Amino acid sequence: MKERPERLIYMANQIAKFFAVQPADPVVATANHLKNFWDPTMRAEIIAWRAAGGDGLDPITAKAVDRLAQP
Amino acid sequence: MARILEYDLGTPETAGEPVTLTLDGATVTVPAGTSILRAAAIAGVSIPKLCATDSLDAFGSCRLCLVEIEGRAGTPASCTTPVAPGMVVRTRSDQLDRIRRNVIELYLSDHADHPDRGECELCAQAADLGVTESRYAGGATHDFLPCDESNPYFVFDAAKCIVCSRCVRACDEVQGTLALTVQGRGFASKIAASQDELFLSSECVSCGACVQACPTEALVEKTVLEIGPPERSEVTTCGYCGVGCTFKAELRGEQLVRMVPWKDGKANHGHSCVKGRFAWGYATHRERVLEPMIRGAITEPWRTVSWDEAIAYAASEFARIEAKYGAHAIGGITSSRCTNEETYLVQKMIRARFGVNNVDTCARVCHSPTGYGLKTTLGTSAGTQDFDSVEQCDVMVVIGANPTDGHPVFASRMKRRLRAGAKLIVIDPRRIDMVRTPHIQAEHHLALRPGTNVAVLVALAHVVVTEGLVDEAFVRERCDLDAFQGWAEFVARPEHSPEASEAMTGVPAADLRAAARLYATGGNAAFYYGLGVTEHSQGSTAVMAIANLAMATGNYGRPGVGVNPLRGQNNVQGACDMGSFPHELTGYRHISDTAVRESFEAAWGAPIDPEPGLRIPNMLDAAVAGRFKGLYVQGEDILQSDPNTHHVAAGLAAMECVVIHDLFLNETANYGHVFLPGSTFLEKNGTFTNAERRIQQVKKVISPRNGYEDWEVTQLLSNALGYPMAYDHPSQIMDEIARLTPTFAGVSYEVLDREGSVQWPCNEAAPTGTPVMHLERFVRGLGNFVITEYVPTDEKVGPRFPLLLTTGRILSQYNVGAQTRRTENVIWHEEDVLEIHPHDAEERGVAEGDWVSLKSRAGETTLRAQVTDRVAPGVVYTTFHHPSTQANVVTTEYSDWATNCPEYKVTAVQVAPSNGPSEWQARYEAMSARSRRVAPEPPLSVVGE
Repeated sequence: MKERPERLIYMANQIAKFFAVQPADPVVATANHLKNFWDPTMRAEIIAWRAAGGDGLDPITAKAVDRLAQP
Repeated sequence: MARILEYDLGTPETAGEPVTLTLDGATVTVPAGTSILRAAAIAGVSIPKLCATDSLDAFGSCRLCLVEIEGRAGTPASCTTPVAPGMVVRTRSDQLDRIRRNVIELYLSDHADHPDRGECELCAQAADLGVTESRYAGGATHDFLPCDESNPYFVFDAAKCIVCSRCVRACDEVQGTLALTVQGRGFASKIAASQDELFLSSECVSCGACVQACPTEALVEKTVLEIGPPERSEVTTCGYCGVGCTFKAELRGEQLVRMVPWKDGKANHGHSCVKGRFAWGYATHRERVLEPMIRGAITEPWRTVSWDEAIAYAASEFARIEAKYGAHAIGGITSSRCTNEETYLVQKMIRARFGVNNVDTCARVCHSPTGYGLKTTLGTSAGTQDFDSVEQCDVMVVIGANPTDGHPVFASRMKRRLRAGAKLIVIDPRRIDMVRTPHIQAEHHLALRPGTNVAVLVALAHVVVTEGLVDEAFVRERCDLDAFQGWAEFVARPEHSPEASEAMTGVPAADLRAAARLYATGGNAAFYYGLGVTEHSQGSTAVMAIANLAMATGNYGRPGVGVNPLRGQNNVQGACDMGSFPHELTGYRHISDTAVRESFEAAWGAPIDPEPGLRIPNMLDAAVAGRFKGLYVQGEDILQSDPNTHHVAAGLAAMECVVIHDLFLNETANYGHVFLPGSTFLEKNGTFTNAERRIQQVKKVISPRNGYEDWEVTQLLSNALGYPMAYDHPSQIMDEIARLTPTFAGVSYEVLDREGSVQWPCNEAAPTGTPVMHLERFVRGLGNFVITEYVPTDEKVGPRFPLLLTTGRILSQYNVGAQTRRTENVIWHEEDVLEIHPHDAEERGVAEGDWVSLKSRAGETTLRAQVTDRVAPGVVYTTFHHPSTQANVVTTEYSDWATNCPEYKVTAVQVAPSNGPSEWQARYEAMSARSRRVAPEPPLSVVGE
C-alpha cells in the first residue's frame, strides 16, 4: 500500500464533518466539495487510498470518496 | 505633470434645504447649515482664515474671517456663523481690512521667520493683506521653545506655531486619538503632546493629520525640509492595507517629497495612517534589488545577469520541468499587494500557457473563507457595504479584527461614529484598543477563548431566535424559509445557549445575552471582521454564522448594516476577483462552468483545464511529495507568511525552479533560483480593489527603478515561454477583464478617470458602481441560512503545550514587514515580542523584557516577553513582522475545512525562559546569510591581454 496520505484524510474528514449536519445529502455534498475544490491529483490519491482498503476515512468521507471514484 | 492644488472651503459640507443670501452683492444659494465662510468660498470669494479648514468643525478662534452682516452688530466670524435666508454679507470693508491686518500683525510678531515660506498660510495671508512687517515685532516670542524633532517623519517647531488648534482638532476629530492639547493660558499657551512629552514618546500615532492641518508649517514633514517643496503631484492609491486610501503623491523631479491624503478619496476622505502617509522610504532602500539574478542551485551565490538572460533562464527551466514532470508540476502565486492587472496576467499565463489551474494568491492564507462563506450564504464573495455606511451604523460588532492597528484610517471613522453615540461590541480574545480608548468604551467585550468563534456566534443566534428577536418580515421576504427553519431549530437547541457554551468559550452568558440583544434591537447593526474570524479551522463556518445572524436580524440592503470583511492587504478583494484562486475564473465563476471557460478560451486562444488546480498549501505538500517542481512567486514571501515554516522550507527546497519576483531578497528568495526585480506602487500603473469593492487607480509617479513595471515582467516571461502577450498599458488588461467579467463590464480606466473610483458590480445596470449590495434581493436570490455547528479545533492545549498562541499585527508594521521594516517605522517596533498575562509569566518566572522560548509541536523560536493583561490567562500573542523571529515556525498545518486557510489564530504552545535565540534561529540566520551571497562581478578584461 502507498504511504498513508495523512493530510488528505484529515482534510476530507473535516469537510465531511461540516456537511454531516447540513440538510442536503452529506455524501453528495462532501463529494461535490472535493470535486469543486481539490486538484485531481489529490482526489486520485485519496481514491487510491480508499481503493486499497486504507483506513482513517470517516463513514461519510469514505462514501463520498467512493462516489468520486465512480466514472 | 503639474502640481495639484486643493481648494479649502473652510468648513465641512452640510446637507440642508437650500438657503439664498447675498454676499458682496451677489446671490448665493447653499444648503442650510453652511457657514458664511464656506458659502463665500463656493461663490469664489476667498475670506482670509487661519484656524478654519474644511476637514474640521469651525472653531472661531483666529478672528481673521470676520465679516459684516446687515442688521447685525459687530463683525462675527464667518466660519462659525451659518447662512440665513435673505442675509446680506460683506466680506471686505475698510473696517474688516483694518481688523484683519492688525490680527495678522499680532500673529506675525510671534511667528518665527522662515525664509522658505513654502505653504505657510499665515505668510500667504499677510502677503494678501499687504502686511510686510509687524508693529508688535520685538515683543515676546516663543523662540526659546525647542524644536521637537523626535518623530522620524515630521518636526514641531513651536516658534512658528500660532496655537490655532487646528492640529489639536485634527487629532480629536479626524484621527480620534486626542493626543494633543493646548497647554497653559495666554502667552504661555502652547501645543503639547500627551503630558507635554516629545511627539515620539507621546500617544501620537503619527497619522499625519496634525501636519496636514497646520497652517503655519510649525508641523511639517522632514522630507519637505530636506528635499524642498514639491513641484508636481499625482493622485494615486496606497499600497498598504485594504482601506485603500488615495493620496496625492508630491514630487520634486524624480524624488518623492511626501504623500498627502487626498481629500476627495472616497475611501479615506483625506485621512491617512503612519504607513501610507510616511512609510514609503523602502522604495529607495539600499537593500532593494534592481538587477535580475539567477543561480543553478540554492547553495550557490546569486549571479547578476541581464533581463534577457534572467527571463530566458526562467523560461527554459519551466520548459525543462514541464518536459520532465508535466505541466502539473508548475504553478504561480501572486500577492494581494499586486495590482488587479498583475494578478490577472499571472493566472492567465499559468492557465493559458501551461494548461493547468495551479494559481493562487495570498488571500488563501487570509480571506479565502470570506469568499466561500459569503458566496454560500449571500451569493457573492465580497463585503456588503461601502465604508461610508458606518456613518449610519448604530451598533458595530468588531470580531477578530483590530482596526486601530490593521485598518487605522477606517478605525478613525468608526471611532468618530462611536463618539457620536453608536454602540460597540468587541468579540476578541485580546483587549484591543477599541475596547477602551479616549471617549469610547465598548458596551460589551466578549473575550472568548481562541478557536471558539463559531460557538459564540451560534450562542448569539440562540438568543436572537429564542428571545423572539428575529426580523420575521425580512426573513420571509428575502430568505429561503426552509433553510431558515432548519437553522432556527438548530441554534435554538439548549446546548447552544450562552449558558451551555460558557464553559467552552469563556464568555459569561449574561454578557453574551446582552450583546445579542443589543445587536438585534439597537438599530442599524453591522459586523466588521478580520482574520480573527477567517484564520481558523472553522473560518468559513464562522463567516457563514455571521452572515446568518445579519440575515436573521434584517441587517442587509441599506446603509449602516451588513457584513464587512476588513481586508488585510490593499488588493485582497481584487486578487480574489481576478481569478487568482485555482478553482475559479474572474468574477468567482467556477472553472468547471463550460460556458465561462469557453469565453476565456476564445479570448485567450488556449484551452483551459476544467479541473481545479493546487492551492498554495497543496503546492507545498505536492512539492514535498516530489510532484511539484516549478513556482513563479510574484510579491509574496511565503516562507515568512505561511504557517509551519519548516514545511514551507521543505516544499521550496524540493522545487527545481523558484522564480522570485519581488522588491527585496525576501525569506522565500533563500530558496529561489531566479530573482526578477519588482517595481513599487509608485513605479507602475494599475488598479487596486479595496475592502469595499472600490476599484481605484495606482499611478506611475516615478520611473521603475528596476526598469520594468511588474505586469511587463510577467509579459516578458510569458512571451519567452511561448504564450504571446502584447499589452502596451495595463488599461488594455483591464479592458480584457471587463469584457470577460460581468461584474466588471462597466470598468475602464476612462470610467475610473471620470468617476475617481467605482465599486463593483459596475455594469450596464450600475454604470457608476454599487456602494451597497443586496438592496432588493441577495445576489443568489434568497438568502441561504447555513447550519454552523461548532467543531472544536484539534489543536488542543495539554501538559506539554498548555497555552494558546494567537497572532496579529500592529499599527506601524505591515505583514511580513518587507516594506515597513525598511522604513523609519522600525523605531516603533524593532522586534516581535510575546504578550503574556502576568499570571502565566509569574508561573514561569518570566519578567518584562526577558527572552523566552515559544514552542509548539511544529517548531520553536525565541523572542522577548511583554507582560500584560491585554491577553487573558492561558493566551499569548505575538506578531509576525520580523524574519529573525518568524512566528510561523510555531504555527501548524491545521487549516480551514473549506479553503485550507491556515489556522494561524490557534496554536498550542509552551513558553519558558531562554538565554537567547533558538538553535533554529541561529541556523536560519547563517543559512539566510549564505543564501543572499551575490557573486562578485568578473574583473574587466584588460586591453591587450
